[in-house]
Amino acid sequence: MSGILNSSIARKFAMALSAFFLMFFLLQHFVINVTSIFPNNGATFNKLSHFMGTNALIQYALQPVLIFGVVFHFVMGFVLEIKNNNARAIKYAKNNGAANSTWMSRNMIWTGLAILAFIVLHFIDFWFPEINTKFIQGDWSGMHNGQLRYFHELQEKFVNPARVGVYIVAFVFLALHLLHGFDSAFQSVGANNKYTKGLKTFGKLYAILIPLGFIVIALFHHFNH
Amino acid sequence: MNLTLKIWRQKDSKTKGLMVDYKVTDISEHMSFLEMMDVLNEQLVNTGEEPVAFDHDCREGICGMCSMYINGEAHGPDRGVTTCQLHMRMFKDGDTITIEPFRAKAFPVIKDLVVDRSSFERIQQAGGFISVNTSGNTQDANAIPISKHAADEAMDAAACIGCGACVATCKNSSAMLFVGAKVSQYALLPQGQVEAADRVLNMVAQMDAEGFGNCTNTGACEIECPKGISLENIARMNREYLSASLKG
Amino acid sequence: MALDSKVPEGPIKDKWTTYKDKINLVNPANKRHIDVIVVGTGLAGGSASATLAELGYNVKAFAYQDSPRRAHSIAAQGGINAAKNYQGDGDSNYRLFYDTVKGGDYRSREANVYRLAEVSANIIDQCVAQGVPFARDYGGLLDNRSFGGVLVSRTFYAKGQTGQQLLLGAYSAMNRQIARGKIEMFNRHEMLDVVIVDGKARGIIARNLVTGEIERHSAHAVVIASGGYGNVYFLSTNAMGSNATAAWKIHKKGAYFANPCYTQIHPTCIPRSGDYQSKLTLMSESLRNDGRIWVPKNLEDVKAIREGRKKPTDLSEDERDYYLERRYPAFGNLVPRDVASRAAKERCDAGYGVNATGEAVYLDFASAITRYGIEQAKIHNISNPSDAKIYELGQKIVEEKYGNLFQMYEKIVDENPYKTPMMIYPAVHYTMGGVWVDYNLMTTIPGCYCIGEANFSDHGANRLGASALMQGLADGYFVLPYTIGDYLADDIRTGKISTDLPEFETAEKEVSDRINFFINNKGTKSVDYFHKKLGNIMWNKCGMSRNAKNLEEAIKEIAELRAEFWKEVSVPGGDKEFNEELAKAGRVADFLELGELFAKDALNRNESCGGHFREESAEESGPQKGEAKRDDKNYAYVAAWEYKGEPANAVLHKEELKFNDIELKQRSYK
Repeated sequence: MSGILNSSIARKFAMALSAFFLMFFLLQHFVINVTSIFPNNGATFNKLSHFMGTNALIQYALQPVLIFGVVFHFVMGFVLEIKNNNARAIKYAKNNGAANSTWMSRNMIWTGLAILAFIVLHFIDFWFPEINTKFIQGDWSGMHNGQLRYFHELQEKFVNPARVGVYIVAFVFLALHLLHGFDSAFQSVGANNKYTKGLKTFGKLYAILIPLGFIVIALFHHFNH
Repeated sequence: MNLTLKIWRQKDSKTKGLMVDYKVTDISEHMSFLEMMDVLNEQLVNTGEEPVAFDHDCREGICGMCSMYINGEAHGPDRGVTTCQLHMRMFKDGDTITIEPFRAKAFPVIKDLVVDRSSFERIQQAGGFISVNTSGNTQDANAIPISKHAADEAMDAAACIGCGACVATCKNSSAMLFVGAKVSQYALLPQGQVEAADRVLNMVAQMDAEGFGNCTNTGACEIECPKGISLENIARMNREYLSASLKG
Repeated sequence: MALDSKVPEGPIKDKWTTYKDKINLVNPANKRHIDVIVVGTGLAGGSASATLAELGYNVKAFAYQDSPRRAHSIAAQGGINAAKNYQGDGDSNYRLFYDTVKGGDYRSREANVYRLAEVSANIIDQCVAQGVPFARDYGGLLDNRSFGGVLVSRTFYAKGQTGQQLLLGAYSAMNRQIARGKIEMFNRHEMLDVVIVDGKARGIIARNLVTGEIERHSAHAVVIASGGYGNVYFLSTNAMGSNATAAWKIHKKGAYFANPCYTQIHPTCIPRSGDYQSKLTLMSESLRNDGRIWVPKNLEDVKAIREGRKKPTDLSEDERDYYLERRYPAFGNLVPRDVASRAAKERCDAGYGVNATGEAVYLDFASAITRYGIEQAKIHNISNPSDAKIYELGQKIVEEKYGNLFQMYEKIVDENPYKTPMMIYPAVHYTMGGVWVDYNLMTTIPGCYCIGEANFSDHGANRLGASALMQGLADGYFVLPYTIGDYLADDIRTGKISTDLPEFETAEKEVSDRINFFINNKGTKSVDYFHKKLGNIMWNKCGMSRNAKNLEEAIKEIAELRAEFWKEVSVPGGDKEFNEELAKAGRVADFLELGELFAKDALNRNESCGGHFREESAEESGPQKGEAKRDDKNYAYVAAWEYKGEPANAVLHKEELKFNDIELKQRSYK
């Protein structure tokens, strides 16, 4: 039983579980964001956002879990990276990694770091103001100038082309991260069987379409505010 | 053909090593890579220099002794071969070839290109066996039918030659393909079931203790493995491990 | 000393059982006070180490490689024989016994071979229990294939890697005992001498190949399982490190060396391509199940092929000479190895060799591919299949059976054997000769045993395919562990053997002196230079066919080469370090002595038998004209040589071979 907590395979497994959770969260996030481009001027988006932002279960139970998931995934990623680096004290003078593996699989730490940097920006953009409004100022109404504020805040953020550029780059990194991460998580939990081929195709679609969708949404708001 | 070789030279495990340049001439494309190394060594011995130490034995791709990292790949640029089966026709006249030992903390260098792979031995000793006495007082070999499919899959896993190319190739120096192959061979056969849980727990614990890195599923090991051992074996080991640790 | 084979009395069927019932045993509590050294960890040494440890002895095992798993048993491809009769084709212990004695050209000891056949079935049970993944049929039962020289299918196999799988089985059994602390494993160690105390083998001197330290190890018995001496030819299918040193050292300390001239030249190896060649690669004999061997009928075609003007596929059936099918219609391409090898040499010597060196014949799968293709087309109900379709279907079957071998061939030769016939030529593969042992597998040194390929016992003058694995495992798992108890029963009160005894000191000094000589001898020639020269002499004068004149020359040339070696050999580097040249120097020094004894033995045996073909002794007329002619009247004995200084002074002892259960016949495969 002790092995389940601190063995190499357990770490892989934990990494995969947190990844599954984050991938599910990402999908959920995406679904809500998509509603922001519905032709009803953000009405659906506002409704959903208000629900997510004020529901006690989500705010007090799922949000901490999510934060834990993100932090865990990152910290474990770093721990593994350091351990893995230590497993080879002297590096090769010449290493041809491209001959046997994808760039994505070899650079998860860098795509991961890029995503981390993006999350910091994203927190500054959205999450900190939310926390400030709700938990410090105590305003749980979600209202601004007589209407739900979420859609408007969203639109405002995508005015600046530099920010949109950063978002696009970040989503490219996310796609790269997912292109390896999706299959990898399944392999780590031991799923490698006759469904693997189909799963891999689905993984590729997921890894490309979701980030692409986020990019489309960002561009949509940039050009339609 | 004429070649420039950049070879890692290291006197012993305690001395620091460095890359040294050598030139060899008139290399035939039909030579194996190790025969090319023989030519270099004969040249060095004749000039009173110390030959380059490298591991090799069967020279037909089955003993798993040879262990060179050639131009950035374990066993060199060809696929499905060990260094002894790599032929010089894979190179061109005038090429510079970089030759390094398999590198991993768990594979310390003994001399030049020779590394110590006893960590693999200890992993096997931790559980890479079926506890059956060798007295011969077992049941008839045909007493338990085993499906052809399972037998073939077990054979594919058992084809591992323990060379360590998977570790050398892995960016994390992970030994999971090696361990996964052994765990799989027994997990696939009814004879191996009795001790399956203990086996996987003990072998993985030993693997971790030896200082191998963790698997990040890059798949490089599968590509570089001279015997084409499949990544499925790692997935199977993960499953076996998780179910064993939950039971235990 | 008269040779006593210690074969038990009684009918051959009961000898082993009755003997086992009566020999002394060591009780379990006493076994833990007894140490056994095993040198070599291939199939024989590995299985013996594991079994001895399991019985309770303290085992110290030595391997020159970095792991027991790398011993050259691993390279055996085709399979392992066992008289299981799973195919119901009439196999039995007696038939396996008979085939082995006949295949060995009636030069092996009946009682040993019968015992081998008797325990063979047990080996398969044992290996399956260990998790060896033998090939199975769709019903889940074990599959068999057939091999040269027999009329039944009794060969068990694991793809083309049977030796590997069996070795890994023995290795796993060893690992279990290493983990229990019952085997102490010394990897990267080489035995350099045996230590004899009061006439008994009591230990060895070994060199740590990593640090160069010389170590003393004591035990109550020493088991040599160090394999054969095929590398005396320099080029062979043996591993680069395979050597005769352990066997030769015990020979020099009193163990007789038997029948050194019995060498097996394997017919299906990849031909050599140049002078740089370091070793030869074997293609499994199983290929002869489906491959047909031929050379062109006309010398003009040979010339055209060599010059690249014609391709082998251009030749019609009429222009080809399937010489094995022509000469041996009953066995065809599946004649025993010695017969197939000599036939290839005969054709090549007559000028029909098909590559630039003139030393290659074709092994052709085209008709097998077609045959399988038509069969498959029928199975799949394809009417009027095109030639291409037949070829495609047939190729798939051939690929399933021999895919890894075909791939190996293509990697080495850079030709696609599905499209053009393979080229093959015989190469040195196995040595039937070796250290003389009695029925207990003990050498003429009390307490010193010899098992596996290193001993001479079971294969006579020629070994059948898939029998080496059988013998190695039989000796290690099922024979030695019993017989050694009979000897060790007297040692339960001996206590630990001290390594401070003067005998250890003397032996260590001899070893150190020799190493110091190599390090300090500033000669002008590399070790390989001498090894290659020795190999040339051996191949040209003690190769596939031998005659008195050549053998006499060989004896002289080897002696001269040895003298030059001790003057001119150059070994770079130091002694207290990893130094492969130093290790090689010691091995080649021993080969230079063994080679001479080899030639001397070949000269003494003026008859043709098995792998030993004397041109003076061939059938002169009749249907068997040109075939080997045995001389049972004068040579039905084992030639066991006693060391007396130089190989030239070796003294011959004869163990007469009596055949009570098999009638001596000319070996006919026609």
